[in-house]
Amino acid sequence: MITLTVVAALLATLPLVFILALLLKQGASSLNWAFFTNMPKPVGETGGGMANAMMGTVMLIGVASVIGLPVGIGAGLYLAEHRGARFASVVRFLSDVLNGLPSIVIGIFAWQFLVRPVKQFSALAGGIALGVMMIPLVTRATEEMIRLVPDALREAALALGYPRWRTSLTIVLRTALPGIVTAALVAVARIAGETAPLLFTAFGNQFWSTSFMHPISALPLQIFSYAISPYDEWHALAWAGALVLLALVLVISLVARFVTRSKFGAGHD
Amino acid sequence: MPSTSLHGASLGDRIYRFTTTAFAASVPLLLVLLGVEVMIAAWPALKAFHFSFLTSSRWDAVEGVFGAAPAIYGTIISSVLALVIATPLAVGVAIFLSEFAPPWLRQPVAFLVDLLAAIPSVVYGLWGIFVLVPLLREQVMPFITDRLHLGNTPLFSGPAYGPSMLAAGLILAIMVLPYISSVTREVLMAVPRSQREAALALGATRWEMIRGAVLPYASSGILGGVILGLGRALGETMAVTMVIGNRHEISSSLFAPGYTMASLIANEFSEATNDMHLSALMAVGAVLLALTLAVNMLARWLVWRVARQGR
Repeated sequence: MITLTVVAALLATLPLVFILALLLKQGASSLNWAFFTNMPKPVGETGGGMANAMMGTVMLIGVASVIGLPVGIGAGLYLAEHRGARFASVVRFLSDVLNGLPSIVIGIFAWQFLVRPVKQFSALAGGIALGVMMIPLVTRATEEMIRLVPDALREAALALGYPRWRTSLTIVLRTALPGIVTAALVAVARIAGETAPLLFTAFGNQFWSTSFMHPISALPLQIFSYAISPYDEWHALAWAGALVLLALVLVISLVARFVTRSKFGAGHD
Repeated sequence: MPSTSLHGASLGDRIYRFTTTAFAASVPLLLVLLGVEVMIAAWPALKAFHFSFLTSSRWDAVEGVFGAAPAIYGTIISSVLALVIATPLAVGVAIFLSEFAPPWLRQPVAFLVDLLAAIPSVVYGLWGIFVLVPLLREQVMPFITDRLHLGNTPLFSGPAYGPSMLAAGLILAIMVLPYISSVTREVLMAVPRSQREAALALGATRWEMIRGAVLPYASSGILGGVILGLGRALGETMAVTMVIGNRHEISSSLFAPGYTMASLIANEFSEATNDMHLSALMAVGAVLLALTLAVNMLARWLVWRVARQGR
């Protein structure tokens, strides 16, 4: 029976190894400078890149963070400070529910709410959809991190005459900061690869755009449209894009782990 | 020195309290808004087709008649298939990690399994199109029909195109595995020491202890993890869209192409020309929303119940 569990562990990690190996092989062979600096080119022309998609991904992550981080951290603070309250457990439960909703449903919501009334796909709508996805992730993680802060620290600050809000923001939140940074990075890593909500909001764009009010491309969107195309050179670009996207996600995740490791260690001088 | 009044909260405190409460309240508000907006988008189609929207297999954009039965069927079949494949593996990994693995191996293996959850859906889809589907078409499907002679059974009949319900189920299995396994691992860790020690004291071997004392104790939490995985599988979009073949047809064969609700919406959204077609797609989204809400609430409730026991 022990052997069976070992086999299960091997089988479970096997797809990962295969996918990573193939991505490295296929992606690296079609990855070059032009990929990062050039725009998509029509079929038949070589040297196309995904510069606009990378810019789009950065902008979408930016908008999502502006929405997801403050709301998530604020809600997390509330949950941690009102542990037993009824409303807090309702919020906690509902944020888990929100977290479990399919991303495509969030996309439909954003489309109906933000795109349809103005009849315009936009980077802003895409970023907001991703931001909504970030909120429950950041909320729950912030709550957990703040709970790790010893009560004695909070009590000491209050005993010194600090008002509650300053205690919370400058003592508690600051102590929990490395953990919250980790949570933020994990949330960013998760939404960076999201495609489904963007189909309804950011929509994709073949051209360079830095406008928040217009459709914009993103790495996952570009990978998707190249992957389902019938052209070999576009397939190669899709692999290169996937490698870049995965590298981005993994680097963010690894940085997140590194930040947690120093949690409550040095750093709050 | 900042001043604090003993009677009532200071202005700063009141502002702080109001702000955090407002942020917390935004979560329920968002969910309500989301539900309302999706229903508004879905309403024209739901009103026009009533229950036949759920039961009819006719999806005709030209005639303007829509029934989502094949997509609902495909969603359920592909998710169940994924769970059937992923659950034994995920539970096996969790048991290995929490009970048998030497300490130096725990972290890296857990990290690798968790990494499966970090890979974006669209990357799985890319892998599915260029590796999994050709593998199924050229190796696995011929093997099942020709070597195992299962070609006449309803499950494996029909031509081997490649893009199929089977491909969707397999790719979903890989994608939900880390979720099931991490919940299971947590639940197994929450089983009290006394349970294990009691079993060992009665002379149980390690495996007997796991089977007799640990797994029964953790079972409803594991079930919660499985249902959580189900919630993920039901709504998974990109990878499934890329490998399922996208066809409006209910077929008993796992070799046949199909549709899931999510892949139907993703695939037809940009082609939808008239309002009824759009609304029908949104109605599919509403059904998906209702289904995943129910599944998620059930899962959370199960996991919470175990967590409460463990305390």
